[in-house]
Amino acid sequence: MPKHADVKKVLVIGSGPIIIGQAAEFDYAGTQACRTLKEEGMEVVLINSNPATIMTDKDIADKVYIEPLTVETLKKVIIAEKPDSILPTLGGQTGLNLAMEIAETGFLEEHNVKLLGTSPEVIHMAEDRQGFKDAMEDINQPCIASKVVETYADGLAFAYEIGFPVIIRPAYTLGGTGGGIANNEEEFSQIAPHGLRLSRVGQILVEKCIAGWKEIEFEAMRDSSGSAITICSMENLDPVGVHTGDSIVVAPAQTLATKEFNMLREAALKIINKLGVEGGCNIQFALEPNSFEYAVIEVNPRLSRSSALASKATGYPIAKVATRIALGYNLDEIKNAVTGKTYAGFEPTIDYIVAKFPKWPFDKFVTAERKLGTQMKATGEVMSIGTCFESALLKAVRSLELNIFSLDLPQYQSFSKEMLYEELKKIDDMRLFVVAQALLKGITVEEIHSITKIDNWFLTKIKSVVDLGVELKKGNLTPELLNKAKIYGYTDKVIGEYVGMDAKAVKEMRKANSIMPAYKMVDTCAAEFEAVTPYYYSCYGSENESTGETKADRKKIMVLGSGPIRIGQGIEFDYCSVHCVWALKSLGYETIIVNNNPETVSTDFDIADKLYFEPLTPEDVENIVDLEQPYGAIVQFGGQTAIKLTKALKEMGVKILGTKAEDVDRAEDRELFDEILEANNIPRPAGRTVFTCEEAIAAANEIGYPVLVRPSYVLGGQGMEIAYNDRDITVYMEIINRSVQEHPILVDKYVIGKEVEVDAVCDGKDILIPGIMEHVERTGVHSGDSISVYPTQTITKKDIDTIIDYTEKLARALNVVGLINIQFIVAPDGVYIIEVNPRSSRTVPYISKVTNVPIVKLAVRAMMGEKLCDMGYGTGLNPAADYVAVKMPVFSFEKLHDVDTSLGPEMKSTGEVLGIAPTFHEALYKSFVGSNMKIPTEGNLLITVRDTDKEEVCSLAKEFEKHGFRIYATGGTCQYLVDNGVSAKKVNKIAEGAPDILDFISGGGCDLVINTPTKGRVHNRDGFKIRRTSVERSIPCLTSLDTAKALLNSIEQKETGEVGIIDISTL
Amino acid sequence: MKAYLILEDGSVYEGKSIGAVRDCTCEIVVNTSVVGYVETLSDPSYYGQGVVLTYPIIGSYGVNLSDMESERIWAKCLIVRELSEAASNFRMEITLSDYLCRYGVTGIEGIDTRALASKLRDKGSMAGFVTTSYFEKDEVIAKLKEYKAKNGVKAVTSVSCRHIPGKGKKVAVLDCGVKNSVIGKLTERGMDVTVYPAVTSAEEILRDKPDGIVISNGPGNPEENAELIKEVGKLAEAGIPMLGLELGHQLIALATGSTVKKLGHGHRGSNYPVKFIEKNIVYITSQNHGYVVDNVSDKAEVICVNINDASVEGLRYTDKSIVSYQFAPGAETSFVYDEFVLMMGGSANA
Repeated sequence: MPKHADVKKVLVIGSGPIIIGQAAEFDYAGTQACRTLKEEGMEVVLINSNPATIMTDKDIADKVYIEPLTVETLKKVIIAEKPDSILPTLGGQTGLNLAMEIAETGFLEEHNVKLLGTSPEVIHMAEDRQGFKDAMEDINQPCIASKVVETYADGLAFAYEIGFPVIIRPAYTLGGTGGGIANNEEEFSQIAPHGLRLSRVGQILVEKCIAGWKEIEFEAMRDSSGSAITICSMENLDPVGVHTGDSIVVAPAQTLATKEFNMLREAALKIINKLGVEGGCNIQFALEPNSFEYAVIEVNPRLSRSSALASKATGYPIAKVATRIALGYNLDEIKNAVTGKTYAGFEPTIDYIVAKFPKWPFDKFVTAERKLGTQMKATGEVMSIGTCFESALLKAVRSLELNIFSLDLPQYQSFSKEMLYEELKKIDDMRLFVVAQALLKGITVEEIHSITKIDNWFLTKIKSVVDLGVELKKGNLTPELLNKAKIYGYTDKVIGEYVGMDAKAVKEMRKANSIMPAYKMVDTCAAEFEAVTPYYYSCYGSENESTGETKADRKKIMVLGSGPIRIGQGIEFDYCSVHCVWALKSLGYETIIVNNNPETVSTDFDIADKLYFEPLTPEDVENIVDLEQPYGAIVQFGGQTAIKLTKALKEMGVKILGTKAEDVDRAEDRELFDEILEANNIPRPAGRTVFTCEEAIAAANEIGYPVLVRPSYVLGGQGMEIAYNDRDITVYMEIINRSVQEHPILVDKYVIGKEVEVDAVCDGKDILIPGIMEHVERTGVHSGDSISVYPTQTITKKDIDTIIDYTEKLARALNVVGLINIQFIVAPDGVYIIEVNPRSSRTVPYISKVTNVPIVKLAVRAMMGEKLCDMGYGTGLNPAADYVAVKMPVFSFEKLHDVDTSLGPEMKSTGEVLGIAPTFHEALYKSFVGSNMKIPTEGNLLITVRDTDKEEVCSLAKEFEKHGFRIYATGGTCQYLVDNGVSAKKVNKIAEGAPDILDFISGGGCDLVINTPTKGRVHNRDGFKIRRTSVERSIPCLTSLDTAKALLNSIEQKETGEVGIIDISTL
Repeated sequence: MKAYLILEDGSVYEGKSIGAVRDCTCEIVVNTSVVGYVETLSDPSYYGQGVVLTYPIIGSYGVNLSDMESERIWAKCLIVRELSEAASNFRMEITLSDYLCRYGVTGIEGIDTRALASKLRDKGSMAGFVTTSYFEKDEVIAKLKEYKAKNGVKAVTSVSCRHIPGKGKKVAVLDCGVKNSVIGKLTERGMDVTVYPAVTSAEEILRDKPDGIVISNGPGNPEENAELIKEVGKLAEAGIPMLGLELGHQLIALATGSTVKKLGHGHRGSNYPVKFIEKNIVYITSQNHGYVVDNVSDKAEVICVNINDASVEGLRYTDKSIVSYQFAPGAETSFVYDEFVLMMGGSANA
């Protein structure tokens, strides 16, 4: 069937902020969808609250609404834009839920808007637990014994009926939020109530626990005529019990024989046909390892994290094809873009193996519970491609940027066999390394299998990796052994360490013996057809397919990507990398991108002229450099991942385009930077550079507490803390030094004031500041976790002039060519510099969009030698807009147990949303709504603050009272409030006996919590528990009085103001 | 032990010997399936061929002998990138390495099978020589240029009749190299199956009064089977429902006036898209053939095509009693067998 003739204007719903369980994969999907729709001549209207995405660019969609993803907003957009259709299956669970909600209201029919692709009935059938079970029974597809319940009592009764352990899964949630395995009634009582609360429909599924079965996924696609294909099979190395988002996954499935493989493939096709999906679909199976017994775990009738992985793993552009199917095309009418000759109606076959490894936030959240279960905890992932499992695994491990290059970790080397047996029982992020160590210590594959249930095939392969390490350590490096080690994916550095050679010497030996990497193409068809897509991966012992040739004598530029999504380095750097590539292309350069994140737009094969899907380590990058001989490399846009490669690139003789590496060092090096500040008369909070704990304590006492302690070369405030006393310092230094520090530690005076942030483009002479942002929270809260407002609201003209002056001076002093990001403190006694980063920052996408200045493009043009004065955007400070944009951080605390939710100098948010409106109040309100906070307009407010905040909280409490809130507080705070005229009621502290403060929060009577953490790192048990309990009960808990004031402001807005929508493409 | 693969065009690939240590000369063909090595090697259609598997890790689930498509391995040689020492499956009886040795089949690993597949794609299928000993390249090339695989059907067909009783319709299977799975599809539908050697005359088969006839899959160039084609022609005249599969499809076509041609590098794998024209649905099929029906006589109509190269994938003959398919029906296309049962007037649940 050709495309539907009546579809002309399509509304695409995005997935909102990055949270655990919903990351960049939906920017990849949405961007592909929008581009496909435009290729098909459609007018595209986009709604997404996430400003860091590529899909919200006005060159991707025709109309762009960066608005809260609510039914109310969606209705407004539909009324304003009158689209004829909605494409709901590319915006993750968020987009799908929203489309379902609005469909249920009948609004779409009233406005003649239809849902494209998979119908709401199908979605309902797949998502509603009971509906799905019934559908599966109809086609004889086994499900796991389970029951949907709406009450705790029913759930418990069923758990006893089928027997513990049971798995609890809330209906309609992301990444299994609120689920878990209960081994007994006590655990059930902890998990089930939480799940009931989090489900959109108040339902949980209680099911038989099949932990230990193999977990297999199929990605499938079906068109409206009924042609259906499977695109990729995937197998989790971790058996059932670990969320697939937290599992190491390989593609294709490795341990299934033909019979099981065909059985599950056929089941997947039966299911997609039964459901009548029109588009992409993900089907998860559990397979009993010793029989043909299997069960369908879950079906997602939409694009998902797994479809992004399957797409990158096979080269099959799933989002594009799904979009065309939604428009009415059949699979045999859609061209396979990889071959240009064949069609989308075939099954990709691959001639390599892919490994996906999750990126967990435990390096940042050192106190978080690391146990893995049905609740996803990873923030992102890496993918690697190899010709053998060993190399795919080692490539994936080193792509994680954990400074791990082999499976033999020093921290386990001292473990005895007995300790390892115990350690093997733990299911956490370190399991692979524990398994490797156990194999090294002589624990057998069978023994490990009996404890972990990991298939013997994987264990045997892991053993071959560690066995080769043992062989290398014997020290006799023959060419044959070296060749084998390279085929297995060992880096020269590790080989060198094992045999006692310098990495360079290993490379020389390789060269002498012609042991060189080859690049193979990802082509969907195992070379059956000639492919036209330049999508490569490296391997050894092979013929090279990437010629390194340049088309038409263009200069080649290498762009280094930003690797996995993690806290502090999110999707915004992919935005920058992609825009950098596009800018270079428009200037006539040939582009090469190197990245390893399967969720991103940058790893789509049609973004750069060449895509190398490789780890971002010096050796892997050098191999590409050796082949491609690029004219230069750009490291400014790939976050710390790319910046870290600067030195190595320089040593390879690659020209770093833009700001010179020496100048980057001058910005990072304490003493050199101080010299620059002094020469330019720019003040900064007093500070010292130290290496040891003793030095840190001495420095702090000299400067005077409170002080900020942090490592230099930081990422998202890693390891940064405010210290109030010597003891705090001792604790921090211990944590910071847990990972190897090549760079010194900084100790700075903590100056209280307003925080202001600037991104500027510089050409070496002039600067352009698109806009200045002001943070709502005072200094001390990481800029990534602050509410950021553009343009500034409370900064005086004088201070702004100072900021512009300082920015210019610094840009010139550091010879910045490209981007610079500067953070200032505006204190009562003047403006101070806190931090300078001569590179792209996480605010670049948002500020580009709201100021209409294509920052990345201008920066690239400057880096390629153009002058700002010739670019048409002026110099100096861009005039402020006549609307206000508020960037609101979004957290994933619900998914990470034992993480303190209080805001501080260490970044904790996973994503962000934008509110944009004519006034600050409206913009702020919209950003709160967009961040999914349920804004209470009345009810019970609980206040517990540290002593220094009591005075300030008093006036705030009075305001809340005026709005009809009843104030509750503990001991001292309560007394203080009452003494000052607030009619606060007392709640018991935890030590004062039940009912205490936690009962108050859990009891359902609490609507809002304001809690400021007491000084110091040592967990204030009460405060920590208050914050965690609030998060777990989905009650807003504000840990900064500034945020509380902002919320109060929004409560007023909610009560009184009308809320509009803004198409940012018209700004 | 080092082993070498020498191709007709003079290219030499060095690898490691696996399986039996025995020189062999064969036509090198490429299969792109990720799973299925046990079945592929024992499929008589691969008679005499050297099979290159493009998936780089082979042997991961070992071998269960009951998965074999016939009583032995028919392929002459297995060419892989890595023969996985790790092998794990609850049904595994022996390793792939043992499987090769048991049937005396030569193998070579450590070959860049993707590079090999690309070469065969660009240059067409070639003969190859695998050895572990010293060789004179020019001599080998001269020998390879002469090499031609012949008389495949005669080599693989059964020597005597085989009867698998069933309560349903009586089906005669003409064994040109039939796979166990084909017989399985019939018997699981309750058919009463008799398998006849390919040398059986049409009269002899018709004398047993079958309700339907299956002309099976098999190896090689269909045109070299002149006698067989003649007998198939007679069977086709008989007005008895007939199902042609793979080679069988080509034999019926040749017997009824259509022609065949050789494909550049063949269709071998499990991901071939076949569009059923009337249903307007694409099904993914497994295929294994180097020849394809080309000019279709007016006695038949094309009922399905390969959507990638538009080649003929299925024919229905004018009197509607004969259908034939180029692919191996399975999974979502097993309705082919149900339709055949219906053509015979039976019910699939007999």
